[in-house]
Amino acid sequence: MDHGAPMYQLFGIWFNLSNVMMLLVAALIVFLIAFIATRNMKLKPTGMQNFMEWIMDFVKGIIKSNMDWKDGGRFHVLGITLIMFIFVSNMLGLPFSIIVNGDVWWKSPTADPTVTMTLAAMIILLSHYYGLKLKGLKGYSSDFLKPMPFLFPLKIIEEFANTLTLGLRLYGNVYAGEILLSLLAGLAGASILGFASAILPMMAWQGFSIFIGTIQAFIFVMLTMVYLSHKVSEDH
Amino acid sequence: MSFDHLVLGATGEFLNIGDIIATLVIFLLLMALLKKFAWGPLMGIMQQREDLVASEIETAEKSRQESQQMLDEQRTLLKDARNQAQEIVENAKKQGEVSREEIVTTARSESARMKEQTVAEISNEREKAIAAVREEVVALSLLAATKVLEKEISEEDNRQLINETIAKAGEVQ
Repeated sequence: MDHGAPMYQLFGIWFNLSNVMMLLVAALIVFLIAFIATRNMKLKPTGMQNFMEWIMDFVKGIIKSNMDWKDGGRFHVLGITLIMFIFVSNMLGLPFSIIVNGDVWWKSPTADPTVTMTLAAMIILLSHYYGLKLKGLKGYSSDFLKPMPFLFPLKIIEEFANTLTLGLRLYGNVYAGEILLSLLAGLAGASILGFASAILPMMAWQGFSIFIGTIQAFIFVMLTMVYLSHKVSEDH
Repeated sequence: MSFDHLVLGATGEFLNIGDIIATLVIFLLLMALLKKFAWGPLMGIMQQREDLVASEIETAEKSRQESQQMLDEQRTLLKDARNQAQEIVENAKKQGEVSREEIVTTARSESARMKEQTVAEISNEREKAIAAVREEVVALSLLAATKVLEKEISEEDNRQLINETIAKAGEVQ
Protein backbone atom coordinates (compact mmCIF):
# COMPACT_ATOMS: atom_id res chain seq x y z
CA MET A 1 0.00 0.00 0.00
CA ASP A 2 2.69 2.46 0.91
CA HIS A 3 4.01 3.07 -2.55
CA GLY A 4 6.19 6.01 -3.40
CA ALA A 5 6.11 8.26 -6.39
CA PRO A 6 8.74 8.64 -9.08
CA MET A 7 9.91 12.14 -8.18
CA TYR A 8 12.24 13.99 -10.48
CA GLN A 9 13.84 17.41 -10.12
CA LEU A 10 14.27 19.70 -13.11
CA PHE A 11 15.46 23.33 -12.80
CA GLY A 12 14.81 23.12 -9.06
CA ILE A 13 11.15 22.12 -9.61
CA TRP A 14 9.89 18.72 -8.53
CA PHE A 15 7.87 16.64 -10.96
CA ASN A 16 5.89 13.52 -10.19
CA LEU A 17 6.74 11.70 -13.40
CA SER A 18 3.83 9.31 -12.95
CA ASN A 19 1.38 12.25 -12.91
CA VAL A 20 2.99 13.82 -15.94
CA MET A 21 2.91 10.57 -17.87
CA MET A 22 -0.70 9.75 -16.96
CA LEU A 23 -1.84 13.27 -17.82
CA LEU A 24 -0.16 12.91 -21.19
CA VAL A 25 -1.78 9.50 -21.72
CA ALA A 26 -5.22 10.85 -20.82
CA ALA A 27 -4.75 13.88 -23.04
CA LEU A 28 -3.56 11.69 -25.90
CA ILE A 29 -6.56 9.34 -25.59
CA VAL A 30 -9.02 12.23 -25.46
CA PHE A 31 -7.37 13.88 -28.42
CA LEU A 32 -7.37 10.69 -30.47
CA ILE A 33 -11.02 9.94 -29.71
CA ALA A 34 -12.10 13.46 -30.58
CA PHE A 35 -9.82 13.71 -33.59
CA ILE A 36 -10.86 10.39 -35.12
CA ALA A 37 -14.50 11.03 -34.37
CA THR A 38 -14.50 14.32 -36.22
CA ARG A 39 -12.97 13.10 -39.47
CA ASN A 40 -15.24 12.91 -42.51
CA MET A 41 -17.94 14.98 -40.92
CA LYS A 42 -21.22 15.11 -42.74
CA LEU A 43 -24.36 17.17 -42.40
CA LYS A 44 -26.14 13.90 -41.85
CA PRO A 45 -24.06 12.51 -38.96
CA THR A 46 -23.05 8.86 -38.68
CA GLY A 47 -21.26 6.71 -36.13
CA MET A 48 -18.70 8.51 -34.00
CA GLN A 49 -19.85 11.92 -35.16
CA ASN A 50 -23.19 11.20 -33.55
CA PHE A 51 -21.44 10.37 -30.31
CA MET A 52 -19.38 13.57 -30.28
CA GLU A 53 -22.44 15.63 -31.13
CA TRP A 54 -24.26 13.99 -28.29
CA ILE A 55 -21.47 14.99 -25.89
CA MET A 56 -21.57 18.53 -27.22
CA ASP A 57 -25.31 18.74 -26.76
CA PHE A 58 -25.00 17.22 -23.31
CA VAL A 59 -22.49 19.87 -22.17
CA LYS A 60 -24.58 22.50 -23.89
CA GLY A 61 -27.51 21.33 -21.78
CA ILE A 62 -25.43 21.62 -18.61
CA ILE A 63 -24.42 25.17 -19.50
CA LYS A 64 -27.93 26.15 -20.51
CA SER A 65 -29.34 24.93 -17.21
CA ASN A 66 -27.05 27.40 -15.41
CA MET A 67 -26.90 30.50 -17.57
CA ASP A 68 -27.88 32.19 -20.78
CA TRP A 69 -26.35 30.65 -23.86
CA LYS A 70 -25.30 34.19 -24.76
CA ASP A 71 -23.00 34.21 -21.70
CA GLY A 72 -22.27 30.51 -21.51
CA GLY A 73 -21.45 29.78 -25.14
CA ARG A 74 -17.82 30.78 -24.54
CA PHE A 75 -17.45 27.96 -21.98
CA HIS A 76 -18.63 25.24 -24.34
CA VAL A 77 -15.15 24.18 -25.46
CA LEU A 78 -13.91 24.24 -21.87
CA GLY A 79 -16.84 22.10 -20.74
CA ILE A 80 -16.46 19.44 -23.42
CA THR A 81 -12.70 19.16 -22.96
CA LEU A 82 -13.09 19.03 -19.19
CA ILE A 83 -15.76 16.32 -19.14
CA MET A 84 -13.89 14.08 -21.58
CA PHE A 85 -10.51 14.63 -19.95
CA ILE A 86 -11.77 13.90 -16.44
CA PHE A 87 -13.82 10.92 -17.59
CA VAL A 88 -10.87 9.34 -19.38
CA SER A 89 -8.60 10.14 -16.43
CA ASN A 90 -11.01 8.48 -14.02
CA MET A 91 -11.19 5.38 -16.18
CA LEU A 92 -7.42 5.01 -16.65
CA GLY A 93 -6.71 3.67 -13.16
CA LEU A 94 -9.51 1.10 -13.19
CA PRO A 95 -8.20 -1.81 -15.27
CA PHE A 96 -4.76 -2.07 -13.62
CA SER A 97 -2.06 -0.27 -11.75
CA ILE A 98 1.65 -0.46 -12.53
CA ILE A 99 4.21 -0.26 -9.78
CA VAL A 100 7.92 -0.27 -10.61
CA ASN A 101 10.49 -0.52 -7.82
CA GLY A 102 7.90 0.60 -5.26
CA ASP A 103 6.90 3.62 -7.32
CA VAL A 104 3.36 3.87 -8.70
CA TRP A 105 3.54 4.64 -12.40
CA TRP A 106 0.12 3.76 -13.83
CA LYS A 107 -2.88 5.23 -11.99
CA SER A 108 -5.61 7.73 -12.61
CA PRO A 109 -4.10 11.21 -12.85
CA THR A 110 -7.19 12.41 -10.99
CA ALA A 111 -6.24 10.17 -8.05
CA ASP A 112 -3.65 12.79 -7.19
CA PRO A 113 -4.78 15.86 -5.21
CA THR A 114 -2.25 18.13 -6.90
CA VAL A 115 -3.83 17.48 -10.29
CA THR A 116 -7.45 17.86 -9.20
CA MET A 117 -6.70 20.93 -7.09
CA THR A 118 -4.91 22.49 -10.03
CA LEU A 119 -7.96 21.93 -12.22
CA ALA A 120 -10.28 23.27 -9.52
CA ALA A 121 -8.13 26.35 -8.89
CA MET A 122 -7.99 26.94 -12.61
CA ILE A 123 -11.79 26.90 -12.79
CA ILE A 124 -12.19 29.28 -9.87
CA LEU A 125 -9.58 31.68 -11.24
CA LEU A 126 -11.33 31.50 -14.60
CA SER A 127 -14.65 32.37 -12.95
CA HIS A 128 -13.07 35.44 -11.32
CA TYR A 129 -11.45 36.44 -14.58
CA TYR A 130 -14.71 36.23 -16.52
CA GLY A 131 -16.61 37.91 -13.69
CA LEU A 132 -14.26 40.86 -13.91
CA LYS A 133 -14.27 40.85 -17.69
CA LEU A 134 -18.03 40.65 -18.21
CA LYS A 135 -19.36 42.67 -15.26
CA GLY A 136 -16.58 45.16 -14.74
CA LEU A 137 -14.82 45.89 -11.46
CA LYS A 138 -17.92 47.48 -9.93
CA GLY A 139 -20.35 44.70 -10.74
CA TYR A 140 -17.80 42.07 -9.81
CA SER A 141 -17.02 43.51 -6.38
CA SER A 142 -20.62 44.36 -5.56
CA ASP A 143 -21.42 40.67 -5.90
CA PHE A 144 -19.41 40.07 -2.74
CA LEU A 145 -21.83 42.25 -0.78
CA LYS A 146 -24.94 40.43 -1.97
CA PRO A 147 -27.42 39.58 -0.66
CA MET A 148 -26.28 41.22 2.64
CA PRO A 149 -23.07 43.24 3.20
CA PHE A 150 -22.31 41.48 6.50
CA LEU A 151 -22.03 38.19 4.61
CA PHE A 152 -18.82 39.46 2.98
CA PRO A 153 -16.49 37.26 5.10
CA LEU A 154 -18.57 34.23 4.26
CA LYS A 155 -18.36 35.11 0.57
CA ILE A 156 -14.57 35.16 0.82
CA ILE A 157 -14.54 31.82 2.62
CA GLU A 158 -16.94 30.44 0.00
CA GLU A 159 -14.43 31.03 -2.77
CA PHE A 160 -11.80 28.93 -1.01
CA ALA A 161 -14.35 26.35 0.07
CA ASN A 162 -15.54 26.01 -3.51
CA THR A 163 -12.02 25.45 -4.74
CA LEU A 164 -11.27 22.88 -2.09
CA THR A 165 -14.50 20.92 -2.43
CA LEU A 166 -14.38 20.97 -6.23
CA GLY A 167 -10.86 19.54 -6.31
CA LEU A 168 -11.02 17.21 -3.32
CA ARG A 169 -14.40 15.68 -4.22
CA LEU A 170 -12.95 14.40 -7.49
CA TYR A 171 -9.68 13.33 -5.89
CA GLY A 172 -11.39 11.56 -2.98
CA ASN A 173 -13.81 9.60 -5.11
CA VAL A 174 -11.22 8.39 -7.59
CA TYR A 175 -8.50 7.77 -5.02
CA ALA A 176 -10.82 5.81 -2.73
CA GLY A 177 -11.85 3.67 -5.66
CA GLU A 178 -8.26 2.91 -6.51
CA ILE A 179 -7.30 2.10 -2.92
CA LEU A 180 -10.06 -0.45 -2.68
CA LEU A 181 -9.15 -1.87 -6.08
CA SER A 182 -5.51 -2.24 -5.06
CA LEU A 183 -6.53 -3.89 -1.78
CA LEU A 184 -8.71 -6.35 -3.68
CA ALA A 185 -5.89 -6.90 -6.18
CA GLY A 186 -3.54 -7.66 -3.29
CA LEU A 187 -6.01 -10.15 -1.93
CA ALA A 188 -6.48 -11.76 -5.33
CA GLY A 189 -2.72 -12.09 -5.75
CA ALA A 190 -2.17 -13.62 -2.33
CA SER A 191 -3.60 -17.11 -2.83
CA ILE A 192 -6.02 -19.24 -4.84
CA LEU A 193 -8.65 -18.81 -2.15
CA GLY A 194 -8.01 -15.07 -2.09
CA PHE A 195 -8.42 -14.90 -5.85
CA ALA A 196 -11.70 -16.79 -5.66
CA SER A 197 -13.06 -14.56 -2.95
CA ALA A 198 -11.79 -11.34 -4.54
CA ILE A 199 -13.10 -11.86 -8.06
CA LEU A 200 -16.73 -10.96 -7.34
CA PRO A 201 -16.13 -7.84 -5.19
CA MET A 202 -13.48 -6.79 -7.70
CA MET A 203 -15.96 -6.90 -10.58
CA ALA A 204 -18.61 -5.14 -8.54
CA TRP A 205 -16.24 -2.42 -7.43
CA GLN A 206 -14.84 -1.89 -10.90
CA GLY A 207 -18.36 -1.47 -12.22
CA PHE A 208 -19.17 0.90 -9.41
CA SER A 209 -15.95 2.83 -10.06
CA ILE A 210 -16.92 3.27 -13.70
CA PHE A 211 -20.22 4.67 -12.49
CA ILE A 212 -18.48 6.94 -9.96
CA GLY A 213 -15.92 8.11 -12.51
CA THR A 214 -18.70 9.05 -14.93
CA ILE A 215 -20.75 10.80 -12.28
CA GLN A 216 -17.73 12.69 -10.96
CA ALA A 217 -16.81 13.92 -14.43
CA PHE A 218 -20.38 15.15 -14.85
CA ILE A 219 -20.42 16.76 -11.38
CA PHE A 220 -17.12 18.51 -11.97
CA VAL A 221 -18.36 20.08 -15.19
CA MET A 222 -21.75 20.87 -13.67
CA LEU A 223 -20.14 22.67 -10.70
CA THR A 224 -17.71 24.41 -13.02
CA MET A 225 -20.65 25.88 -14.87
CA VAL A 226 -22.46 26.73 -11.63
CA TYR A 227 -19.45 28.66 -10.30
CA LEU A 228 -18.90 30.37 -13.63
CA SER A 229 -22.54 31.37 -13.84
CA HIS A 230 -22.43 32.80 -10.30
CA LYS A 231 -19.72 35.18 -11.42
CA VAL A 232 -20.99 35.82 -14.94
CA SER A 233 -24.78 35.94 -14.83
CA GLU A 234 -26.69 39.02 -13.76
CA ASP A 235 -29.52 37.31 -11.95
CA HIS A 236 -27.40 35.49 -9.37
CA MET B 1 2.58 2.09 7.99
CA SER B 2 2.91 5.74 7.11
CA PHE B 3 -0.01 7.88 6.12
CA ASP B 4 2.16 10.60 4.66
CA HIS B 5 0.98 9.84 1.14
CA LEU B 6 -2.61 10.55 2.18
CA VAL B 7 -1.77 14.06 3.29
CA LEU B 8 -2.79 16.67 0.76
CA GLY B 9 0.01 17.78 -1.52
CA ALA B 10 2.55 15.70 0.35
CA THR B 11 3.75 13.18 -2.15
CA GLY B 12 6.98 12.84 -0.28
CA GLU B 13 8.53 15.88 1.29
CA PHE B 14 8.31 18.17 -1.75
CA LEU B 15 5.62 20.45 -3.01
CA ASN B 16 5.48 19.28 -6.58
CA ILE B 17 5.01 22.53 -8.45
CA GLY B 18 6.04 20.61 -11.54
CA ASP B 19 2.76 18.66 -11.45
CA ILE B 20 0.77 21.86 -11.24
CA ILE B 21 2.56 23.27 -14.24
CA ALA B 22 2.26 19.98 -16.12
CA THR B 23 -1.47 19.72 -15.41
CA LEU B 24 -2.13 23.27 -16.54
CA VAL B 25 0.03 23.04 -19.63
CA ILE B 26 -1.31 19.65 -20.70
CA PHE B 27 -4.93 20.57 -20.11
CA LEU B 28 -4.73 23.94 -21.82
CA LEU B 29 -2.76 22.50 -24.71
CA LEU B 30 -5.31 19.71 -25.08
CA MET B 31 -8.13 22.25 -25.05
CA ALA B 32 -6.42 24.39 -27.68
CA LEU B 33 -5.66 21.41 -29.92
CA LEU B 34 -9.16 20.01 -29.60
CA LYS B 35 -10.65 23.39 -30.35
CA LYS B 36 -8.59 23.59 -33.50
CA PHE B 37 -8.94 20.00 -34.70
CA ALA B 38 -12.17 18.65 -33.24
CA TRP B 39 -14.61 21.02 -31.57
CA GLY B 40 -14.16 23.83 -34.06
CA PRO B 41 -15.03 21.75 -37.15
CA LEU B 42 -17.75 19.88 -35.25
CA MET B 43 -19.37 23.10 -34.06
CA GLY B 44 -19.01 24.43 -37.59
CA ILE B 45 -20.86 21.51 -39.06
CA MET B 46 -23.53 21.64 -36.37
CA GLN B 47 -23.99 25.33 -37.05
CA GLN B 48 -24.15 24.55 -40.75
CA ARG B 49 -26.84 21.98 -40.12
CA GLU B 50 -28.75 24.42 -37.97
CA ASP B 51 -28.58 26.99 -40.74
CA LEU B 52 -29.66 24.40 -43.28
CA VAL B 53 -32.67 23.37 -41.20
CA ALA B 54 -33.59 27.00 -40.60
CA SER B 55 -33.35 27.86 -44.27
CA GLU B 56 -35.29 24.74 -45.23
CA ILE B 57 -38.05 25.70 -42.82
CA GLU B 58 -38.05 29.21 -44.21
CA THR B 59 -38.24 27.91 -47.77
CA ALA B 60 -41.06 25.58 -46.86
CA GLU B 61 -42.93 28.41 -45.19
CA LYS B 62 -42.39 30.64 -48.18
CA SER B 63 -43.56 28.05 -50.69
CA ARG B 64 -46.55 27.29 -48.51
CA GLN B 65 -47.50 30.95 -48.56
CA GLU B 66 -46.91 31.08 -52.28
CA SER B 67 -49.14 28.11 -52.92
CA GLN B 68 -51.78 29.59 -50.63
CA GLN B 69 -51.63 32.78 -52.62
CA MET B 70 -51.90 30.87 -55.88
CA LEU B 71 -54.81 28.90 -54.52
CA ASP B 72 -56.59 32.12 -53.60
CA GLU B 73 -55.85 33.50 -57.02
CA GLN B 74 -57.20 30.41 -58.70
CA ARG B 75 -60.26 30.51 -56.50
CA THR B 76 -60.95 34.09 -57.51
CA LEU B 77 -60.42 33.24 -61.13
CA LEU B 78 -62.80 30.31 -60.88
CA LYS B 79 -65.40 32.50 -59.24
CA ASP B 80 -65.03 35.08 -61.99
CA ALA B 81 -65.30 32.43 -64.65
CA ARG B 82 -68.43 31.02 -63.04
CA ASN B 83 -69.99 34.45 -62.84
CA GLN B 84 -69.08 35.13 -66.43
CA ALA B 85 -70.56 31.84 -67.56
CA GLN B 86 -73.75 32.56 -65.70
CA GLU B 87 -73.90 35.99 -67.30
CA ILE B 88 -73.40 34.51 -70.72
CA VAL B 89 -76.15 31.96 -70.18
CA GLU B 90 -78.47 34.65 -68.92
CA ASN B 91 -77.69 36.87 -71.85
CA ALA B 92 -78.33 34.03 -74.26
CA LYS B 93 -81.61 33.30 -72.55
CA LYS B 94 -82.66 36.90 -72.76
CA GLN B 95 -81.64 37.10 -76.39
CA GLY B 96 -83.52 33.89 -77.14
CA GLU B 97 -86.56 35.31 -75.47
CA VAL B 98 -86.30 38.45 -77.53
CA SER B 99 -85.82 36.63 -80.82
CA ARG B 100 -88.67 34.24 -79.99
CA GLU B 101 -90.94 37.19 -79.39
CA GLU B 102 -89.76 38.70 -82.64
CA ILE B 103 -90.32 35.52 -84.62
CA VAL B 104 -93.76 35.06 -83.16
CA THR B 105 -94.70 38.64 -83.92
CA THR B 106 -93.39 38.36 -87.43
CA ALA B 107 -95.26 35.11 -88.02
CA ARG B 108 -98.43 36.53 -86.59
CA SER B 109 -98.31 39.63 -88.77
CA GLU B 110 -97.38 37.53 -91.79
CA SER B 111 -100.32 35.23 -91.30
CA ALA B 112 -102.63 38.18 -90.79
CA ARG B 113 -101.37 39.74 -93.95
CA MET B 114 -101.79 36.50 -95.86
CA LYS B 115 -105.30 36.07 -94.51
CA GLU B 116 -106.23 39.53 -95.57
CA GLN B 117 -104.77 38.96 -98.99
CA THR B 118 -106.67 35.72 -99.30
CA VAL B 119 -109.94 37.33 -98.24
CA ALA B 120 -109.34 40.12 -100.74
CA GLU B 121 -108.59 37.62 -103.48
CA ILE B 122 -111.68 35.59 -102.67
CA SER B 123 -113.97 38.60 -102.77
CA ASN B 124 -112.31 39.68 -105.95
CA GLU B 125 -112.93 36.29 -107.53
CA ARG B 126 -116.46 36.35 -106.30
CA GLU B 127 -117.02 39.74 -107.91
CA LYS B 128 -115.50 38.42 -111.09
CA ALA B 129 -117.72 35.31 -110.99
CA ILE B 130 -120.85 37.32 -110.32
CA ALA B 131 -119.99 39.61 -113.18
CA ALA B 132 -119.39 36.61 -115.43
CA VAL B 133 -122.72 35.06 -114.42
CA ARG B 134 -124.48 38.28 -115.09
CA GLU B 135 -122.97 38.45 -118.52
CA GLU B 136 -123.98 34.89 -119.17
CA VAL B 137 -127.52 35.50 -117.96
CA VAL B 138 -127.78 38.49 -120.24
CA ALA B 139 -126.38 36.46 -123.10
CA LEU B 140 -128.79 33.61 -122.46
CA SER B 141 -131.71 35.94 -122.14
CA LEU B 142 -130.70 37.48 -125.41
CA LEU B 143 -130.38 34.03 -126.94
CA ALA B 144 -133.76 32.97 -125.59
CA ALA B 145 -135.35 36.14 -126.84
CA THR B 146 -133.80 35.63 -130.23
CA LYS B 147 -135.05 32.08 -130.36
CA VAL B 148 -138.54 33.24 -129.30
CA LEU B 149 -138.57 35.85 -131.94
CA GLU B 150 -137.23 33.58 -134.70
CA LYS B 151 -139.62 30.72 -134.14
CA GLU B 152 -143.50 30.71 -134.30
CA ILE B 153 -144.12 28.76 -131.28
CA SER B 154 -147.03 28.04 -129.12
CA GLU B 155 -147.50 29.48 -125.85
CA GLU B 156 -146.84 26.19 -124.45
CA ASP B 157 -143.73 25.82 -126.37
CA ASN B 158 -142.77 29.30 -125.39
CA ARG B 159 -143.20 28.63 -121.79
CA GLN B 160 -141.33 25.45 -122.11
CA LEU B 161 -138.58 27.20 -123.86
CA ILE B 162 -138.31 29.90 -121.27
CA ASN B 163 -138.25 27.35 -118.56
CA GLU B 164 -135.59 25.46 -120.40
CA THR B 165 -133.52 28.58 -120.75
CA ILE B 166 -133.91 29.46 -117.16
CA ALA B 167 -132.93 25.97 -116.18
CA LYS B 168 -129.94 26.25 -118.45
CA ALA B 169 -129.01 29.56 -116.90
CA GLY B 170 -129.28 27.98 -113.46
CA GLU B 171 -127.01 25.21 -114.59
CA VAL B 172 -124.51 27.65 -115.91
CA GLN B 173 -124.60 29.66 -112.84
